[in-house]
Amino acid sequence: MNVDQSTFRAAILDPALATPDGLVDPAGRTAGKRFDVYRNNVVVSLSRALADAFPVIRKLLGENNFNILAGHFVRRHPPGSPLIALYGAALPDFLTTFAPVQNLGYLPDVARLELAMRQAYHAADATPIDPAALQALDPQHLPMARLSLAPAVRLVASDWPIVSIWRFNMADAPKPAMAAETALITRPAFDPELTRLSPAGGRFVATLASGRPLGDAVDAAARVDDGFDLAQTLGALLAGGAITSIRKE
Amino acid sequence: MLDTSVHPAMPPAPGVGYKPQHFSDIMEDAGPVRWLEVHAENYMGDGGRPIAQLRHLAERFPISVHGVGLSIGGEAPLDRDHLARLAHLIGWLQPARFSEHLAWSTHESAFLNDLLPLPYTEATLARVASHIDQVQEALGRQMLLENPSTYLAFAESEMKETDFLREVARRTGCGLLLDINNVFVSATNQQTDPRAYIAAFPLDRVGEVHLGGHDEQADDHGAPLLIDSHDSPVVDPVWTLYAETIARMGPRPTLIEWDTDVPPWPVLAAEAARSDAVLSAVPVDAA
Repeated sequence: MNVDQSTFRAAILDPALATPDGLVDPAGRTAGKRFDVYRNNVVVSLSRALADAFPVIRKLLGENNFNILAGHFVRRHPPGSPLIALYGAALPDFLTTFAPVQNLGYLPDVARLELAMRQAYHAADATPIDPAALQALDPQHLPMARLSLAPAVRLVASDWPIVSIWRFNMADAPKPAMAAETALITRPAFDPELTRLSPAGGRFVATLASGRPLGDAVDAAARVDDGFDLAQTLGALLAGGAITSIRKE
Repeated sequence: MLDTSVHPAMPPAPGVGYKPQHFSDIMEDAGPVRWLEVHAENYMGDGGRPIAQLRHLAERFPISVHGVGLSIGGEAPLDRDHLARLAHLIGWLQPARFSEHLAWSTHESAFLNDLLPLPYTEATLARVASHIDQVQEALGRQMLLENPSTYLAFAESEMKETDFLREVARRTGCGLLLDINNVFVSATNQQTDPRAYIAAFPLDRVGEVHLGGHDEQADDHGAPLLIDSHDSPVVDPVWTLYAETIARMGPRPTLIEWDTDVPPWPVLAAEAARSDAVLSAVPVDAA
């Protein structure tokens, strides 16, 4: 009996299926454990890739629970490309539907944050502007200036304190208190850096990223919170090498 | 025959699979290691540290690019986006070699991240040869095809793996990558003789040799089942088979593969030194 790759693939991803007929040991008997080597390689190697990619999720769930969850995820959402470094884009949404963790409302956004940090790590290099260039701009022209952001810049907005959760688990920071936080990810050199923004700061950066001028971004942020701290948010962008050009209209 | 005219030569000397945690060690003192292998898929991001490190390494060492995601044995057409990413990497890096596996990994839009086995039939042969033609065309260079580790056989297979590889190389002009640990693992699992495999292998096509560690388990009937795990030192029987093969075909660039539970640099360098001793014992014009 011939075994095509559809049959092989289905049996790899579904442990309830029998070893396909036609896969044999040297005596011609059904391959059994020999086939299970491939099953195991696939699930273990992809679960390991997820564990490397989502260390905070792994820590929050514990090793065992994470591996169980990863096994389910891998079988339901195998990678769509061989770029394993970017595998797991479907994990945040999966976490909202996977019954055993549905009560952990913050998990999906923490996973989005980890995904964004990995994307930032692999993003294209860019040369940031000299901060002096921004200071040198005529204040009159400032509201009309459009800032381009580096390809590594990412924003993850959440109703949960995702930056505090990340730091608590990865950097021994104090226990998180309930608050909505937006994560700004920059990459000054090769290592992504995480900055906690208020929801207003997040709106400011998101507006800039959409190509709108600085004045619009300030207005949008002020509508979220009129105490918005422009200097602090711009400072975080400059320190992170996140601004790559200023265009005056 | 092997085409060594176009790209920088790989010395018939030890190399290792590059791991980022060894970057400083390698730049400081690579010891017996004269070239490095990288997995193509790890350097297909747009930028950042991986690409920057690879540029540094390539200034100092010949690089062999080893693909693990092309799915050359796939029933479906090759993934054109992936082939384009590979062509981009090969284009800017201009490595000394490019190699891939006699295996498949992608089907119906799922990449399974393992080197899955193939039935050795005329239909598989035609498909693999056409995919290799397509790869060599896209890359503008000869590639090497590696013999797999296998854990089972297909009842439908019609030919020996060595005949299959010889014919693929004849039809496409590709070179071969001889993984001696894979020979040992497959021969044990298929209950055949690894020396007979080497004797039947088209050694004149071999452009690179791989050595690595494996894990030992048992199948449903208690027969030994070796797993190509790359997580431990090369075992003595594989070293012996390697020395016999090198004595027969002459020195070839030889890679130590250690991908899981990666040891500190000195351990890896010591494995490379062991292959160096074997390579140095054979005159270059042997075979």
